[in-house]
Amino acid sequence: MPKVAIKAVGVVKTFGEGAAAITALRSVDFEARFGEMPYIVGPSGSGKTTLLSVLSGILRPNAGSVVVDGVDIWKLDVDSLASFRLHKIGFVFQDYHLFPRLTTAENAAIPLIVKGQDWESSVREASKYLDIVGLKERAGLPPVKLSGGEQQRVAIARAISSRPEILIMDEPTASLDGETGRNIVSFVKRNILNENRCIVVVTHDNRIYEYASRIIMMEDGRLKGEMSVPHS
Amino acid sequence: MNGIFLLAFKLLVNDRAKFSALVIGITFAVFLMVQMTALFAGILIRASSTVINIGASMWVMDPSVQTVANSIGMPDYLLDYVRSIPGVKFAVPLYSGAALLKLPSGLYQTATILGLDDTTLFGRPQLLQGRIEDIYAENSFIAVDDPEFSKLEYPKIGTRFELNDNRAIISGIAKVASPSLFGMPTLYTTYYRALQYVPNPRFTVSYVLVEPKSQADIPGIKDAVRRLGYLALTADEFIAKISAFYKFQTGIGINILVMTVMSFIVGLSISGQTFYTFIIENMEKFGALKAIGATNRQLVMMILFQSGFTSLTGYGLGVGLIVVIIAIAKLRLPDYASTINYFNLSIAFLMAAVISAISSYFGVRRVLRIEPFDIFRG
Repeated sequence: MPKVAIKAVGVVKTFGEGAAAITALRSVDFEARFGEMPYIVGPSGSGKTTLLSVLSGILRPNAGSVVVDGVDIWKLDVDSLASFRLHKIGFVFQDYHLFPRLTTAENAAIPLIVKGQDWESSVREASKYLDIVGLKERAGLPPVKLSGGEQQRVAIARAISSRPEILIMDEPTASLDGETGRNIVSFVKRNILNENRCIVVVTHDNRIYEYASRIIMMEDGRLKGEMSVPHS
Repeated sequence: MNGIFLLAFKLLVNDRAKFSALVIGITFAVFLMVQMTALFAGILIRASSTVINIGASMWVMDPSVQTVANSIGMPDYLLDYVRSIPGVKFAVPLYSGAALLKLPSGLYQTATILGLDDTTLFGRPQLLQGRIEDIYAENSFIAVDDPEFSKLEYPKIGTRFELNDNRAIISGIAKVASPSLFGMPTLYTTYYRALQYVPNPRFTVSYVLVEPKSQADIPGIKDAVRRLGYLALTADEFIAKISAFYKFQTGIGINILVMTVMSFIVGLSISGQTFYTFIIENMEKFGALKAIGATNRQLVMMILFQSGFTSLTGYGLGVGLIVVIIAIAKLRLPDYASTINYFNLSIAFLMAAVISAISSYFGVRRVLRIEPFDIFRG
């Protein structure tokens, strides 16, 4: 059985205080293993993105623990946690958050640059990942010259350029048409997912359910169990 | 260059409109600050032009003297007294006054008259035309070719004036290190001729110029002069006294200060607001970097680099611009009194650094506060 990549136990997250407090996560237990691509699905406001943020070390829970690749991440100090994210976790944001004034290759190189690698070698190395996502010819263009699907692929190249074991994808198809969305997720499953990597996807796009390893339903801050993965 | 700084650099300069606005703001502020302080420095130097041009190590004067142009006559015996002070190598009198000239055209012009010690001609200017010994010729005066020279109608050797109904003949044309502030041409002659030509009160010695035997003798000379009720200052101290007068006892200092502060505020307003807007517009990018794993220290370094680079660029352009403007102004306006020195360059640099620091402070605060979770939430 593959190793556990992420294990969250009793995670609670509350926003605000007193009467205005809203509990977004209510004692959530979650587990994902290397080599799988679980989806967390559910309606808006169910707590999917909050859970993803807690699992990836960018939102501190009020209670519970999150162990990523054997490290209890919420016991790390701020800088160690940042370093952990940089080396272990890749992010694909819903709105991509590409830098419009950098080229595609430079965008893909950002995690390497943040790691302290020099600019030229970072961009050179990132170009390999652009090749993986099929955008090598577009390396010198700014993101604004690319289509939505291409921008999403640049975001994927950026997320994997630092060779993270965990990939976090937040609504990866939200800004894409159905076919492009399916192509992107299919591409990720075929080319990015491997036995040493775990990809956690938050989505409410049922058109891409078929690519999931498991589909975990979430509602009102609680995991409601798994649903069966539809076949293509 | 470290990759993170190059990233900061590209984010900054690739946003050309913002970068231009930032640089223009600081350039404009530095330009104004250097212009104001250079103008003031120029005024102060010109106010001390006689001290600089005469070149004496020490000046003995009445304690009430505020500027070199407003000398107060001292009795002749003071010269003998000073010469008798131990540590004095030599001491000579200097006459400094003003007289009304009637030019060959018939027009009148006030001129500064400097009377040099007859025996030594100590403090004589460097001659461009003529021979220094001709200063002893009858009615002889040496005209200084400075920005006020034209007011003497460009005299040549042999040109005649009337000076208090006396005949005056130009026997030489000289140049000096520093032109005068007061818009009057300068004539050099001997001490005794100056006394003969210019009406004077009972006491006639404007200054006693002193050369000490050594630096160690200066305090003793000062003390001996003070005991007689007069004041002995080194040239630097005299220049400082004149500067202090213009800074604190005229409106010039405070006006220049106000203008300099206003330039600083203008620069701070433009650059501060633009830089803050730049940070706000890039907030989600900083948030994304934070989510990816950039530390707060890296983000702070990026912002400091961006504001520092902008300030240095603006500073360089501002200084370059003012140097060109002053050079052109001096070609066209010989009386334009502006001097760029290390002091006003340092002041402008310091203020540009403060603008940079304040601008980046607010940016840093915002960036440190941003939560990467906000990026997930969109």
